[in-house]
Amino acid sequence: MSDNNNSLTTEDVRKVADLAMLNLTDEQVEQYTPQLGSILSLVAEMDSVDIEGYEPTHHPHGLVNVYRDDVIEAADVTESVMASAPDTENNQYKVPPALGEEQ
Amino acid sequence: MTKPVSEQSEHLPQGWEMVIGLEVHAELATESKMFSPAKNEFGAAPNTNVHPVCLGLPGTLPVVNRKAVEYSIRIGLALGCEIGRCVWSRKNYFYPDMPKDYQISQYDLPLNGEGELELPSGLTIGIERAHMEEDTGKSTHVGESGRIHDAGYSLVDYNRSGVPLIEIVSKPDLRSPAQAKEYVEELRSVLVAVGASDGKMEEGSMRVDANVSVRPLGSDELRTRCEIKNVNSLRSLTRAIEYEAKRHVDLYDAEERPVQETRHWDEEAGRTRPGRSKENAEDYRYFPDPDLVPLEPSAEWIEEIRASLPALPKQRRESLMALGASALSAGVITQRDLDTLALETVELGADAAKVLKHCENNLADEQASQLDAPRFAALVKMESAGELTATQAKTVLAEMLESDKSPADIAAEHGFEAMDTSELEGLVSKVIEESPGEWQRFCEGDASVRGKLQGFFVGQIMKATQGKADGKAINKILAEKASS
Amino acid sequence: MSEVNFASVIETTAAVAKGDVSATEATQQALKKIEQDDAKINAFNTVASDSALAQAAAVDEKIASGQPVGPLAGLPIAVKDVICTEGIETTCSSNILRGWVPPYDATVVEKLKAADAIIVGKTNCDEFAMGSSNESSAFGPVLNPRDLSRVPGGSSGGAAAAVASGMVAASLGTDTGGSVRQPASFCGVVGLKPTYGGVSRYGLIAYASSFDTVGVIGNSVADAALLHDTLAGQDVRDSTSLPGARESVSDAVEASQDLKGLKVGVIKELNGSGLAGFEPEVVDRFRASVDTVVAAGADVEEISIPAIEATLGAYYMLVPSEASSNLARFDGVRYGHRASGGNTAEMMRATRTEGFGAEVQRRIMLGTYALSAGYYDAYYAKASRLRAKLIADFAAIYSEYDVLMCPTSPCVAFELGAKEDPLSMYLVDIATIPANLVGAPAISVPFGTGAADMPVGIQMIGPKFGEGTICRVAKAIEEAKND
Repeated sequence: MSDNNNSLTTEDVRKVADLAMLNLTDEQVEQYTPQLGSILSLVAEMDSVDIEGYEPTHHPHGLVNVYRDDVIEAADVTESVMASAPDTENNQYKVPPALGEEQ
Repeated sequence: MTKPVSEQSEHLPQGWEMVIGLEVHAELATESKMFSPAKNEFGAAPNTNVHPVCLGLPGTLPVVNRKAVEYSIRIGLALGCEIGRCVWSRKNYFYPDMPKDYQISQYDLPLNGEGELELPSGLTIGIERAHMEEDTGKSTHVGESGRIHDAGYSLVDYNRSGVPLIEIVSKPDLRSPAQAKEYVEELRSVLVAVGASDGKMEEGSMRVDANVSVRPLGSDELRTRCEIKNVNSLRSLTRAIEYEAKRHVDLYDAEERPVQETRHWDEEAGRTRPGRSKENAEDYRYFPDPDLVPLEPSAEWIEEIRASLPALPKQRRESLMALGASALSAGVITQRDLDTLALETVELGADAAKVLKHCENNLADEQASQLDAPRFAALVKMESAGELTATQAKTVLAEMLESDKSPADIAAEHGFEAMDTSELEGLVSKVIEESPGEWQRFCEGDASVRGKLQGFFVGQIMKATQGKADGKAINKILAEKASS
Repeated sequence: MSEVNFASVIETTAAVAKGDVSATEATQQALKKIEQDDAKINAFNTVASDSALAQAAAVDEKIASGQPVGPLAGLPIAVKDVICTEGIETTCSSNILRGWVPPYDATVVEKLKAADAIIVGKTNCDEFAMGSSNESSAFGPVLNPRDLSRVPGGSSGGAAAAVASGMVAASLGTDTGGSVRQPASFCGVVGLKPTYGGVSRYGLIAYASSFDTVGVIGNSVADAALLHDTLAGQDVRDSTSLPGARESVSDAVEASQDLKGLKVGVIKELNGSGLAGFEPEVVDRFRASVDTVVAAGADVEEISIPAIEATLGAYYMLVPSEASSNLARFDGVRYGHRASGGNTAEMMRATRTEGFGAEVQRRIMLGTYALSAGYYDAYYAKASRLRAKLIADFAAIYSEYDVLMCPTSPCVAFELGAKEDPLSMYLVDIATIPANLVGAPAISVPFGTGAADMPVGIQMIGPKFGEGTICRVAKAIEEAKND
């Protein structure tokens, strides 16, 4: 991958799809690569604006310091979330064996 | 205050030293979770301490628990960290025990910046940062053979999901497993002292990962390190560090190099193993969490918290050392929470050396916390006045923990009374008369013979007095008689 | 039943409150209309007849027993299918969430219920609100009631079409880059996007958290103002929601006589003389709308915001980045679709591949790329700084001007399938995106028709909490149209 727009390669797309947990067919990779490349070309428009001195913003209105009090709120949702889960056992979510390690 | 210095490791061949940094995760002792109003509690039935927010249900949003931030500031202040504006970031990776498939953490702007922790031995260990994040849920593998790699399935419980954590990252300042242990113990004392965490390693509310590397003694390079996880006790920590450092030295000796990786400690096998790489572990795509706003704790709030901090273990040790305690015994007494008792007792006029000695040697019992300073002072004063021998005082002290009787009453019940010197001299003469052979050898023997026979005579006299006599006084009389 | 204009929120709620018509009758009327017309328009993913009639019966009982009722009593209302409704399926028009029934109500839904409005169903939209034509829905496209060969706009296409076709008088939409205003413009109705943080996002299934807003769609500015007032306010469950007192938008609209003393800026880059791509008929209608604003007494000037040229680039870096993370949780573990797989990771991959449509996959990949190691600074960080610059530019402009004006969309509703290339679809958002980047309130009000006799919408953009002011200008345009 390089800063040169439109230079997104099929290999880049495969790598990104892997990070995003998507399986793409070869055909899809061929289709997505130029599409994503052309969207990335929009980034070039940003270069026309001088953003020197502007710090990245996190909230359009600059809100800070929002807290809640340390109070428990019972939700009683165990039954309903288990009912809408794809697979469960003894009030736990059941999934195929996990590979990889805990954080 | 001593900065770490190069140190030949006793566990490694000549010419190598260890470089160790620790990452300690501690769960904060809040009522509710970090961003969710679900209960923060260990050991509940699966998926009962949950709320739509910590289950990551679509549409839910996190809101910061003020208490969790306060606890983290308490920790930051105790570690002398710089506290400032912080931004919540998302750490993106897919794993079933993370309900949103990202973890809310702090990345480039943590709440607590650099600080340090002074250990009882006097070493000062640098703190890189202490940032806040949310805990993950727990997945349990269920397989027919019980082996990790077999088929079967996993079960996921989100009770722990969203519990507030602080991650305290040390600088690579530690040089031995013993220092690592001391660091964790001291850090735990600090967390408990400021009321931020219960520090229970056995319940997983405190977890330690160790970054280990080795280097030639005296070098200042930082070589490839491995992160050791799954260390569930202090004993595992020291064993795992020792194992891993040796493994590195062996690799270098074989002209190979360790690879930077996460490894897991296998307690039973006594070795570390490479962790299987997590999905996409190489690229977490951190970015500021757009569901949360930055925190800018005000100077007023920070000062208010600072003013409410209790004395820290280091300060407590220092006040004992001012009474003459060694660093080591000050550490023991503080760990037992007996420092306030000791200080108050000395304040009441009791002899500091005797008070410290009792605290260190005779008050290991948990009930020691029930002892009050006036009674303790009364006992030490009796001892200083010669009304009780050291042995008698120990006996009385043990009984004082069982009842609220005064030391004088307990001593009277045992018939412990001061024996005057003339009475004791008479007894000594009598015992000498009864054992002329031993006495002769005592008088003529060398130091070792004399030492043995001294024990014999003291024992005889103690037997005759039912332990009431003062051992030191007997020795003095024996010495006088032998030289006269 | 007396003569009630069910297309008006104000008239319907007044009639119910007076007892001229019951909540049940109003609800039945809406349900009947949906049953008749929605087979061809496809505005609804779910029609909640049973719960709607139960809610209506409860409102009628309140009225009968003399209890006070809320400001929207008996109003049948539709809710975009990205907003959680307890007990009613919520899908985001995606196969990955099909069948999911939330165990809780979004804050805006709680507020609708507290105001005694009747939720009749969930409206179709682009999948996860990603689109400008409603063609990316897994439930099929919504058709424009004005011309069934054309799109209704997006992503809140169903919400706009449901109002434009008279099935309901009001609906809730969401607006991340124009998703309330653009479909309102395409369908000839009024769409109001609030100040970012002015209305709670709790329960709105996040697309791009720092852009998402819950907006309203109705047939008049006054209706939109009333609906907005019902939803607005700080929410302790949404950390990004704004504190502070705010004016009643309804009162501001009602009290407004003319626009004397108001300073209005026409954005040069977006009025047809700046950036390319604006249809001439759209530009004509826009100029006519400016004339009516001048006639109403406002002081109008043309202003230039050069940074607008770069907004599309910033938007399409930041929004997909947030989306790539927000949509990670759809992994087949806890809810929605699950595909089979030998281990958890394989299951997650298969689930996401099967469950997400092409446009969602594209945006997830775009965002993943923008955030990935080595590219963050060039893409995400740069776009964030450009956003900061734009916010500063708008703040400077609002120190001199009360309202900014431009067309809502450079074009009128296009035909289905007309914009196959994703980039050409993204360009349609050029005039709506700036308000989302700076968190400003904005409204689209219909003002005649352009090409193919399709409606043209005029957009007003205000400062933070400037909903009252933009609605006043919108009302002046609305009245001129009615003359």
